[in-house]
Amino acid sequence: MTTSENVILSIRDLTAEIDGQPILKGVNLTIRAGEIHAIMGRNGSGKSTLSKVLAGHPAYTVTGGEVLFHGENLLDVEPEERSRKGLFLAFQYPLEIPGVSNLDFLRVSYNSRRKGQGLDELDAFDFEDLITEKLKVVQMDPAFLGRSVNEGFSGGEKKRNEILQMALLEPSLAILDETDSGLDIDALKIVADGVNQLKNSENALLLITHYQRLLNYIQPDFVHVTHAGRIIRTGDKSLALELEDRGYDWIDQWEGVAA
Amino acid sequence: MTIVSSGLTTDSTTGPGTPSSADQRSQYLQNLLTIAQSGPDLGQVAPVAQVESSALQTLQGQAAARLRELAIPSTREEDWRFTDLSGILSLELKHPYPHCLLPSRAELLPILLPDAPHRLVFVNGIFAPELSHLEDLPPGVKVGNAQSETAQAAWTTRVGQLPGSEEVFTTLNTAAFEDIAVIQVAKDTVLDVPLHLIFVSTSGSQPTFSQPRCLIVADRFSQLSIVEDYITIGEGCMYGSANGVYVTNAVTEIWLGENACIHHSRLQRDSSGAYHIGKTAVHQSQNSRYTNISLLLGAKLSRHNLEVFHQGEQVDTQLHGLALVTGTQIADTHSSIVYQYPHCSSDQLYKAIVDDRGRSIFNGRVYVPQAAQLTNAAQLNRNLLLSSKARVDTKPQLEIVADNVKCAHGATVSQLEDDEIFYLQSRGINRQSAKNLLLDAFAREIINKVPLTSLRETLARCMACRLIL
Repeated sequence: MTTSENVILSIRDLTAEIDGQPILKGVNLTIRAGEIHAIMGRNGSGKSTLSKVLAGHPAYTVTGGEVLFHGENLLDVEPEERSRKGLFLAFQYPLEIPGVSNLDFLRVSYNSRRKGQGLDELDAFDFEDLITEKLKVVQMDPAFLGRSVNEGFSGGEKKRNEILQMALLEPSLAILDETDSGLDIDALKIVADGVNQLKNSENALLLITHYQRLLNYIQPDFVHVTHAGRIIRTGDKSLALELEDRGYDWIDQWEGVAA
Repeated sequence: MTIVSSGLTTDSTTGPGTPSSADQRSQYLQNLLTIAQSGPDLGQVAPVAQVESSALQTLQGQAAARLRELAIPSTREEDWRFTDLSGILSLELKHPYPHCLLPSRAELLPILLPDAPHRLVFVNGIFAPELSHLEDLPPGVKVGNAQSETAQAAWTTRVGQLPGSEEVFTTLNTAAFEDIAVIQVAKDTVLDVPLHLIFVSTSGSQPTFSQPRCLIVADRFSQLSIVEDYITIGEGCMYGSANGVYVTNAVTEIWLGENACIHHSRLQRDSSGAYHIGKTAVHQSQNSRYTNISLLLGAKLSRHNLEVFHQGEQVDTQLHGLALVTGTQIADTHSSIVYQYPHCSSDQLYKAIVDDRGRSIFNGRVYVPQAAQLTNAAQLNRNLLLSSKARVDTKPQLEIVADNVKCAHGATVSQLEDDEIFYLQSRGINRQSAKNLLLDAFAREIINKVPLTSLRETLARCMACRLIL
């Protein structure tokens, strides 16, 4: 069960800063195939930073530690290479790209992944067949394909578009950065339902969230709590429920946490 | 005949930052007039448009007289504050010999647009019937040059009659243009396949000066699409390979009758050594619609003055533009919409992508007097800076007197955002492709407004070759 073969992501003593300001102060985390992990924490505790560092955002500088993805060093690799190797980040705030059609964007992205896997690119017709299938995962109207990427999309539509990209790219590790924030309950159900359809024993999920609500729909195997740039406690889903119940101030009463 | 005088042979101290003296600038303007009036040497073929017309002589004589009071503008004048013309003052210009330098059909081929079969070609401002193709135009579309009846009837009614005609470069053109492109579309006539109006500049070892002139008249209820193209002859991409030095001073006047509709694309893709000063002046009668898509791609320095005058109710004006500025290029757009009647509207979107040490200038004037109630005017200028030495000067200039109007304006100057590039990278697209995708998207919004597929493709290629690595 704990052989190194099924380890997808291994983070050891990771430290990182932005503009000289340390944010991550020694993160340790191992994610294996088939697992769902959730990271919870206050705003500013470093949970979103972790997702951006893993995806390779240029604003963050890694100052120490290591990250192995399928046994290979992840930190020396360009963001696009990380994506092609199977890492996916669903953005908290997906960007709008006026002038680029969603369909073109998805095709270019999908074909980059195929090239990374040594496969032939899919032509426009075959791709349309594929994407039409994938749209069902998030119950999206095909009309969205003709519009500019995320331009004029509602909050829920943007998040569904992120999950559509996840469905298309079939990552081995998907990081969902506050995908639940700003969603009404109907949109949340659609997004969670889409994610659950994509989950299998070969891949893994890392959910980053402020609220426990999402975890009612996507059930985590592990819940980690971040504080001041570290994971300070790990438990099962009951930890999320208790945190929700008692509030984040509860953390301050834990041993070794300065109020 | 080459004209050299004290004004022309200015020394190298006349660089940017050292304003030349008023005398020098006034003298140089007179020299430009003399060059323009000089025409080809004896023994050369006479110009096509040697027109006997006292009305034309009067028009040109009056303009020449006004010119004596004027001078090449300096950067001390508000309208030219950001665009320094002193580079022109150091050029020893001569009149181009149009018939010696007439391009061949093969040279013209890369310019032609397969989906715009009708074309009117002018070389150095003079009609080139051999290169034009005007067969099969619908009845009701009259196309010609200075010798045409349409032109003869226009000297006292249309040519040089719009407000702003007393401006210095317009006056210079009026005083000495040698030929004119005339397009008249009769009442109820629709020409939906764009007419390609090509102004070719050629230059030899010595810099040349030419003055294209154009008159477009759309009668009541007519509809016309036109592509006005300023270009030079070169291999492949015009801008990249052609570096001839010349000065173009172009004026296009457009009259829209009641309910007329004109879609006008204007391309400036001059050689990288060229100076281009161009004016588009538009008269809009009631219920007319005018759309202008202006692309500034070439030239060392280019200035486009776009002036629209509303002359009736329910007029609609759409002005859009894109400037691609690289190297040490300067691209300047000065637009002006003068409202005069109620219930009129205008929409403007101007974009510039500025790389290297390029400079882009946009000045957008909208004048809404008391009479123009219920005006709906919108203006947006968006600029993308790709280098730390690139520069943008943008100035919305809204003069609003009426009190029940909707007038919006905005200007943005930005760089390619790291977050946008990162978003694309995180989807497997490499950094360079991500940048290209974003640049392409920025420009595409304007390029897609151009009516012809072939032209959109040409522009996308031009953009790729100029900005995308």
